[in-house]
Amino acid sequence: MFEAVGALADPVRRGLYRHVAATPGAVGRDAAAAAVGISRSLAAFHLDKLVEAGLLAVTYQRLSGRSGPGAGRPAKLYLRAPGERAVSLPPRSYDAVGRLLAKVVDSAGHDRELQSAARAAGAAEGAELGSDADPVAALRSRGYEPYGDGATVRLNNCPFHSLADEFPALVCGMNLAFIEGLLPGCAGGGDWTAAMDPPPEGCCVTLSKTNDA
Amino acid sequence: MTNFHLAQVNIGRILGPLDGPVLADFVAQLPEINALADQAAGFVWRMVDDDGEDSTSLRPDGEDDLLLINCSVWESVQALRDFTYRSEHLKVLSRRREWFERMSEHHQALWWVPVGHRPTTAEAMERIALLRERGDGPLAFTFRNPQPAPASAVLPA
Repeated sequence: MFEAVGALADPVRRGLYRHVAATPGAVGRDAAAAAVGISRSLAAFHLDKLVEAGLLAVTYQRLSGRSGPGAGRPAKLYLRAPGERAVSLPPRSYDAVGRLLAKVVDSAGHDRELQSAARAAGAAEGAELGSDADPVAALRSRGYEPYGDGATVRLNNCPFHSLADEFPALVCGMNLAFIEGLLPGCAGGGDWTAAMDPPPEGCCVTLSKTNDA
Repeated sequence: MTNFHLAQVNIGRILGPLDGPVLADFVAQLPEINALADQAAGFVWRMVDDDGEDSTSLRPDGEDDLLLINCSVWESVQALRDFTYRSEHLKVLSRRREWFERMSEHHQALWWVPVGHRPTTAEAMERIALLRERGDGPLAFTFRNPQPAPASAVLPA
């Protein structure tokens, strides 16, 4: 645990981790190096350190699109390793409380009350950010890892992943309400529509420009 | 290749009549969601009433006019899970409490059926009853405790 966190103490390495984690799919050494502004060999060194620490995983793929003899060696690509890591000093177990509360709210059927609270919490955070805040940056700072996908913005990370997995209807509904509450307070946030459109991985909410709809 | 498919049933008590204002949004989205299921990877079959569009006119409990049933067959637990939680179906699922009562007892069940078998309403209700009586087991289970498909019969080559 502490080894994994320690591996992120180096700012260059942290930048590489952030880039790879926030990018959907896998990232090659060249792209990672360019994103952080370092040489390919330095990027390779740090990326492999992150793999050793268990924070990134490796996959091999031919980038040229060619296959068969003469296609060359497959490239080494990096992606975020599965699993979650949390460090809390002193020890805190908010996740255990969250799970217990979710279970109670789910079995009591209080989905709508939770959604109202989430919408209000999103609106309060949006108001705090101010009307010149960029909605995509607001989601990025909350760990959603937004990325453009054509005309829409998708969210590569679900900040509530394991609870969403266990109580999807409850937690995903809460999440959508939170984002819907947050957007109108941001700059141009009223132009965006949040909707449930789950990709295979990541957050189930997708943003699209209202006037494109 | 397995010789079994996964059957699924869930029942729900609507909060108002199907043609009333409370259920209007749900009823309006049903054709889209059913079409989504029909095209989903691993979808095999879903129960429909005499109208052939959906199962909203079926009443699994003759004494309960507001109890609806939804029953379908899928190639695997994963296929059903992907449709239920990783498709636009999630958008109606997350609004369930606007349209359906909370049920304190099990209201959904999964079980394995031989390929080609089409469950009846009575069979589906029996599986829910089994789950309520005995909890998860090979005859009726939930997403939280998925049971493996029965061992495939060895067929002559």
